[in-house]
Amino acid sequence: MGKTVASKAEKLSISTLLISIIPIVIIVLVLFDTLVSDGFSAASSLIVGLIILWVAVICGVLATELFSDFFRTNGRLLGSVMLGLVAFWIIVLILLPQLSMLDYSFRYNLPPSEQGGPKDVYTLANYRHLIYGAGGGEGTYNTVDLMVFLRTIIAAMAVTVADLILCYPLAYYLGQSRGSGFVRLLVVLLIIPYWINEILRAFALKIVFADGGILNAAMMKLGLIDQPIDFIRADVALYAGLGYAYILLMLFPMYNAIESLDRNQIEAARDMGASWIRIHRRIVIPHAKPGITSGMTMVFMLSAGALAAPQILGGPSSLWFTQLVYQWFNGSLNWQQGAAYAIVLLVASITIVLTFMKIFKVNMGDIGK
Amino acid sequence: MAGGVGVDLENLWIRFGDFVAVRDANVNINGGDFFSFLGPSGCGKTTILRAISGFLQPSEGRVLIGGNDMAGIGPNKRPTALIFQNLALFPLMKIWENITFSMEVKGASSAERRKRADELLEMIALEGQGDKLPSELSGGQKQRVAIARALCAEPDVLLLDEPLSALDLKLRQHMRTELREIQQRVGITFIYITHDQGEALTMSDNVAVMRAGVIEQIGTGHDVYDLPATPFVASFVGENNVFRGRILEVNGTEALIRTNRSGDLLAQITPAARGVLKPGDEAMMFIRPEALSLVDDAGAHEKTSLTAKVVNEEFEGNSYSVFLEGDGGKRIKMSLPNVGQDRIASKGEDLTLKYELRNAVVMPAGELAAE
Ligand SMILES: Nc1ncnc2c1ncn2[C@@H]1O[C@H](COP(=O)(O)OP(=O)(O)OP(=O)(O)O)[C@@H](O)[C@H]1O
Ligand SMILES: [Mg+2]
Repeated sequence: MGKTVASKAEKLSISTLLISIIPIVIIVLVLFDTLVSDGFSAASSLIVGLIILWVAVICGVLATELFSDFFRTNGRLLGSVMLGLVAFWIIVLILLPQLSMLDYSFRYNLPPSEQGGPKDVYTLANYRHLIYGAGGGEGTYNTVDLMVFLRTIIAAMAVTVADLILCYPLAYYLGQSRGSGFVRLLVVLLIIPYWINEILRAFALKIVFADGGILNAAMMKLGLIDQPIDFIRADVALYAGLGYAYILLMLFPMYNAIESLDRNQIEAARDMGASWIRIHRRIVIPHAKPGITSGMTMVFMLSAGALAAPQILGGPSSLWFTQLVYQWFNGSLNWQQGAAYAIVLLVASITIVLTFMKIFKVNMGDIGK
Repeated sequence: MAGGVGVDLENLWIRFGDFVAVRDANVNINGGDFFSFLGPSGCGKTTILRAISGFLQPSEGRVLIGGNDMAGIGPNKRPTALIFQNLALFPLMKIWENITFSMEVKGASSAERRKRADELLEMIALEGQGDKLPSELSGGQKQRVAIARALCAEPDVLLLDEPLSALDLKLRQHMRTELREIQQRVGITFIYITHDQGEALTMSDNVAVMRAGVIEQIGTGHDVYDLPATPFVASFVGENNVFRGRILEVNGTEALIRTNRSGDLLAQITPAARGVLKPGDEAMMFIRPEALSLVDDAGAHEKTSLTAKVVNEEFEGNSYSVFLEGDGGKRIKMSLPNVGQDRIASKGEDLTLKYELRNAVVMPAGELAAE
């Protein structure tokens, strides 16, 4: 008993640690920026180096202290290989690129000749730009970008909720009628469309929703409408595309969670007179909560960060925040500005997810179940 | 306690596709009875219980509760409460919420539910544990919570699907007595399912013994134990020695059997086979190990004694078990109370055993229970 409590606490502390790295790094860099705004650039590399060292040390300490059980069950060699791979994944594929983005976001966009020179110092200018615009702080706000940001977040939430509502009944049906051949066929039918590239899928949807598209043609033929509806301008195509793009990431965690629910619990509740609504509210949903959370997290994160669907299916007047980021990187060749926008989106998304997890009392550890 | 609600099964058939899980079951369970279905794994016990609780519709026949046909009435509308084989407590709800879930369904206030939960917790001797989670209780405690949860719904009929099977022996024996006491206190009908014959015999007013979807015998524990209707019941309920042979003579309720190995023996014909068994029929005769004893005056019990070679002897504390060579490679077991004797017999020695006529039953030959 005491052991499981302790290991839970450990798991929590690891995840909080990993998350707290990002804000800590930001604070360090900001402090540095304000204190020595004219400092040399060597200091910045020093800081990045120190941070990497710090992360490595922490990983080492964690590995030896917390994973002693892990080593015991997996053996020293296999254990080290596995841990090494995970560490490589986290450090090289996630932390380092993100840290360099972070570093970028606090720098000026200088021509190559001035990079590393005396002008190459840390700054908050890129972040200021998102809030105040190019003018910078004379009572004018960058309303266009801020509105795009807000709309992206809200629309991503809406897409997430829509996917949740669509997937829950399906996940319940699939999860509770386990084993039958028909269900397996259904699952395969759901997966096959995802063999097709995301961009192709988006274009296919565009064909469906376009002015002369299948949907409009069919409805006009049936006499439901006499003029084509502009689904693209109304963003119907965009939301459908986003919802469709990541729907399986909602379905499968939920399906897994519901599948592990003991059928007898549902029957016990029914035997005691519970209605279907109550059974779902009191038995199924609480049980599936970790699955629901991880599904919602993934769909929200991915649709807030989606690029293909908004690019292809978005209306002419509607921009997704990622499109702004893309423009900074590719159109304006201002990576520093783009990095700042991307970091803001990332931090906002993480904050929102963590806040909702707190509200619905889900632990970080539950998601991994 | 009389006055509970009775349950009747009339010509009940349950099929899963081509597979017949329950074949033409006819059972009348009196109100207030403790009634057990006893049978080996896979014989259709749970299936019958699910038909009574409403989770399964009969393929044919009827289920009546309190005389009312239950066709088309869902499990949430029947006056039954089911305790599942794995208990199915709600792991994310506290004990008190678990127990009073049926009240939550009816919209009772939290205060009312707390009060009732406290009463029931006291009844199952778990006072003050209402705020725990099921995972924080021991097996026996969970067991009692499941019973309290079912009783809280105030059912007319409580259905129990092997609720003690997960417990260790000591606890199981303790819970048997406790269950029986609870049943007598609340006075409602208990329908209990088990594959453990000891459980069925100690607790039940009446027992139905099942084999492969068929109910082979219904009766009191005594009936089933002393006068089994079929070779399956005789060999499944308790230990028994089987003697195969052919009927020589039938004399009223008695018959003389020429056994394959142990000579001619007398036995009483089981009530179900009276008038059916004729001379020349293949028959099986059964004598319980405890009904055999050593002969002191051979010859006096000519047709109720037999001689066999000792194979082995085991000391079991309160008794000795003596194994002798029997029919078809099977051993005859005799069990004698330990009253201070040294040894009963030595290996290879011939022993002559006797029995009382009323302790031997004979019936048409048939299939035995798997050992
Ligand atoms: N839903 C079903 N579909 C097909 N066959 C089933 C179904 N439910 C039960 N059976 C079959 O019916 C037979 C009886 O099952 P049941 O669950 O009633 O056995 P049981 O007597 O309760 O056994 P146990 O003591 O192991 O619980 C078994 O052979 C089982 O395979
Ligand atoms: Mg069963």
